[in-house]
Amino acid sequence: MKRSEFLYLSGMGAGALMLPNLDAFARHIDPLEALDGMDVKLKKALADVALNTAKSKGASYADVRIGRYLNQFVATRETRVQGVANTESFGVGIRVIANGCWGFASSNLVTKEDIAKTAERAVAVAKANAKIQGSPVQLAPQKGLGEVSWKSPIERNAFEVPVKEKVELLLQTNGIAMAGGASFINSAIFAVNEQKYFASTDGSYIDQDIHRIYPQFNITKIDRATGKFDTIKSSSTPMGMSYDYLEPKAESKVGGIVTRYKDRYDILADVKEVTAKVDEKMKAKSVEPGKWDVVLDPSHLWLTIHESVGHPTELDRVLGYEANYAGTSFLTLDRMNSKKFNFGNKHVNIVADKLQKNSLGAVGYDDEGVPCKKWDLVKEGILVNFQATRDQAHMIGLNESQGCSYAQSWADVQFQRMPNVSLQPGKEKMSVDDMIKNVEKGIYIIGDGSFSIDQQRYNFQFGGQMFYEIKEGKIVGMLRDVAYQSNTQEFWNACGGVCDESDYRLGGAFNDGKGQPSQSNAVSHGSSTARFNGVNVINTARKI
Amino acid sequence: MAILTKEQAQAILKKALSYSKAEECEVSLQGSEGGNIRYARNAVSTAGDISTMSLGVSSTFAKKTGTATINEFDDASLEKVIRRSEELAQLAPANPEYVSLEGPKTFQEAKTYNATTAAVNPDIRADAVLKSLNVAKEAKLEAAGFLENTTGFRAIMNSKGLFAYNTNTDVSFSVTTRNQAGTGSGYVEQSYNDVSKLDTLALTKIAAGKANGSAGARAIEPGKYTVILEPLAVSGMLSYMFNGFDARSAEEGRNFMSKKGGGTRLNEQLFGENINIYSDPFNPDLPGNTWSGDGLPLERTQWVEKGVVKNLAYSRYWAGQKGVKPLPGTNRPIFTGGTASLEDLIKSTEKGILVTRFWYIRMVDPQTVLLTGLTRDGTFYIENGKIAFPVKNFRFNESPIIMLNNVEAMGKPQRSENMMVPPMKIRDFTFSSLSDAV
Repeated sequence: MKRSEFLYLSGMGAGALMLPNLDAFARHIDPLEALDGMDVKLKKALADVALNTAKSKGASYADVRIGRYLNQFVATRETRVQGVANTESFGVGIRVIANGCWGFASSNLVTKEDIAKTAERAVAVAKANAKIQGSPVQLAPQKGLGEVSWKSPIERNAFEVPVKEKVELLLQTNGIAMAGGASFINSAIFAVNEQKYFASTDGSYIDQDIHRIYPQFNITKIDRATGKFDTIKSSSTPMGMSYDYLEPKAESKVGGIVTRYKDRYDILADVKEVTAKVDEKMKAKSVEPGKWDVVLDPSHLWLTIHESVGHPTELDRVLGYEANYAGTSFLTLDRMNSKKFNFGNKHVNIVADKLQKNSLGAVGYDDEGVPCKKWDLVKEGILVNFQATRDQAHMIGLNESQGCSYAQSWADVQFQRMPNVSLQPGKEKMSVDDMIKNVEKGIYIIGDGSFSIDQQRYNFQFGGQMFYEIKEGKIVGMLRDVAYQSNTQEFWNACGGVCDESDYRLGGAFNDGKGQPSQSNAVSHGSSTARFNGVNVINTARKI
Repeated sequence: MAILTKEQAQAILKKALSYSKAEECEVSLQGSEGGNIRYARNAVSTAGDISTMSLGVSSTFAKKTGTATINEFDDASLEKVIRRSEELAQLAPANPEYVSLEGPKTFQEAKTYNATTAAVNPDIRADAVLKSLNVAKEAKLEAAGFLENTTGFRAIMNSKGLFAYNTNTDVSFSVTTRNQAGTGSGYVEQSYNDVSKLDTLALTKIAAGKANGSAGARAIEPGKYTVILEPLAVSGMLSYMFNGFDARSAEEGRNFMSKKGGGTRLNEQLFGENINIYSDPFNPDLPGNTWSGDGLPLERTQWVEKGVVKNLAYSRYWAGQKGVKPLPGTNRPIFTGGTASLEDLIKSTEKGILVTRFWYIRMVDPQTVLLTGLTRDGTFYIENGKIAFPVKNFRFNESPIIMLNNVEAMGKPQRSENMMVPPMKIRDFTFSSLSDAV
């Protein structure tokens, strides 16, 4: 059905009116206009209208989110600016329980009168659907937190950086690529600011200011004579930061055959280095299919973690709530409750963590007012927990939510979404060089590429950006046409070790899709470089 | 009220344009009303009601364009949004690819609005879902589904005198039914312009049949097989191909339509001789708008004839560069197909695999449009013209370009997502591994 899972941010060249993936309600604004958020007292007064109206109409529980969502896109190709757009989306979403059933309504009209009407609509939806409801909604307790707030710990707000500075940086990036022999380059900076006010009948009033940023480029090289083309993308990743991510620091660079970056990104150095790799990639030897040991850089492994660990441990999938869309999970309640299911081997320790600094999933409180936390999903290879919201907690014997509720905007209903899910670094000292020198026949994969996994998360296939052949402990050159296929449990049980924490980095995505109608979630996945033994590698070259 | 009449829309757009001081200005107005019900574990899980309208403005001075949108419509707000777009235009750098706006045109009226669909309310939705739930409960299956209806309008106007208006309705329904043991799963998905064609009871019965029929699947070796792809599987494979029908990226050398040595594969035999693809906004089963967002008419266009590529899309800028007429892209493609039923295709197959649909399809290599993905919700082995037994799901690695050279027979086209495609019988389809997923 449609483009499930990752929702693409597609081409940005068609003028701002055509900008993709913008909320239909988004209105474009002057860059600095929306920086002064609405007064908290006013938001509280409006929120109380929603809560009181819902209760007076018969709701046993209500929560309200008043959200202002700012996006800025600056997109370029070669020497041209394709689009500069600032958007703002402002509105209110109200969720209620009435007659034991959820109801939700949203509106872009945020006056007291309109909020009251929206609250009434939410209660009416709940009551209309109560006749086809199964058992009544059961919420895990959450004590009221009073008036609290949280802000992303940013150092430089991207929305305060002049557009000119961003355009110049991107065009300079493009210039370096073209001078280095690229045929084409697309580059962009995408900045997000979510200003969210949450209130519930539990007595919480939560004001949050959340930032994310994703600078990126994609280089294409054409060989006209052969008709071949190839691409390589930036080593950047979306982060829960702001323009500070684009201010390089020497200590954030990770050396190696390709420089990679921790929480500071040097786009100009990266484009120079990566452009030089495209030629090498085009001329690389086509891979021999078969069993290989794969050494996976965190810029690649984040996506494998996302698909094969993050999604199957989502409790809504385990229970069947996503059966019609994203699918269910091979990780059943029985397997988790047994505390004996070998998800992976002893090297595999995986945590869910919504507190991690600079990560995409870090917030103070989730979208149903639960303070964020960190917990184990897989401990020394054993599956020990899932990801739950307030209405699911009782189904796995928890008496409190794990804080996994999120809605992509005020217009959409909140539901269970993935927290940051990360592989813990190895406890023993091990560098990437140490790991590679013990590999006899292997492929070192950097960057994420093509990805696909079945609806219960058993069988997956992943590509990458750069593939280096390892022969008897040494990197001997690049390979191409590489993808690996495996089964989730076999793969994590074939883990041959994880490098130590000095190599630990985050990867992630702005646009993880789930739900109907589909919603995006931003999430990070951290790891150090890890080795997996005897993985099935296929050759993806074809002739048409 | 989010659905405006032509006159109401025209009045707002005229008023907005009256405030413009730009060299060129275009305004667009769109609104929609709709609702949805989501259900799972045989009960409703979430439901929502959304109503919205927004106005977009692009103002241009000396190829410098600024865009702003707003969702308030009083005179002060209209003037504010125009001024804001003009201010942004002055901040933006000149775009050498800017093309002056289209002048006035007459567009044919689209057939995209259906009054019955527009009248769907929460009770009608709840009743339709109740029918689906009852089928699942009677069959002792667990149902998860989604029903959504929308009614919308869209209008554009510009400072050169162009005006266009359109209304549309759509309803979409999908349901997955699974058996209690989790060993069988079935799925069905249909969208209609006209809700009176929607029969949630009959559709859920199809899904239930597949769920029961797919239980106890056997593992067979992956490899090359003759497959019969149902329309959902066909549209899934083809959705990745149509991006390639773009003249600019083909001429730039970066898609599968690019030719060795330069140029494109326009007028080349890229597919089998039995492949004919066109688009037509007046197709009664897949009606579409008659104008594009940049003011071009959308007309019947032949994209592939007897396997030969007959047209590539040209943006207004690229058409100007190349001295050709602009042509909007392959919106809502239609396959000519054949007359056989799905049953006929199965009957004609000695050994093969019937695929209900594919899942998680992704591009592996844009050079060849090599895709990967998996079968889902009903995969069956065919022997001597009959469905013999269910088989475990496969991962495939296949290109739709190769696939459309291997089509042995086609059935009658039907709407699948936003395409009209037939069920297809295809030889040598490549399955690369097995999946335990149900």
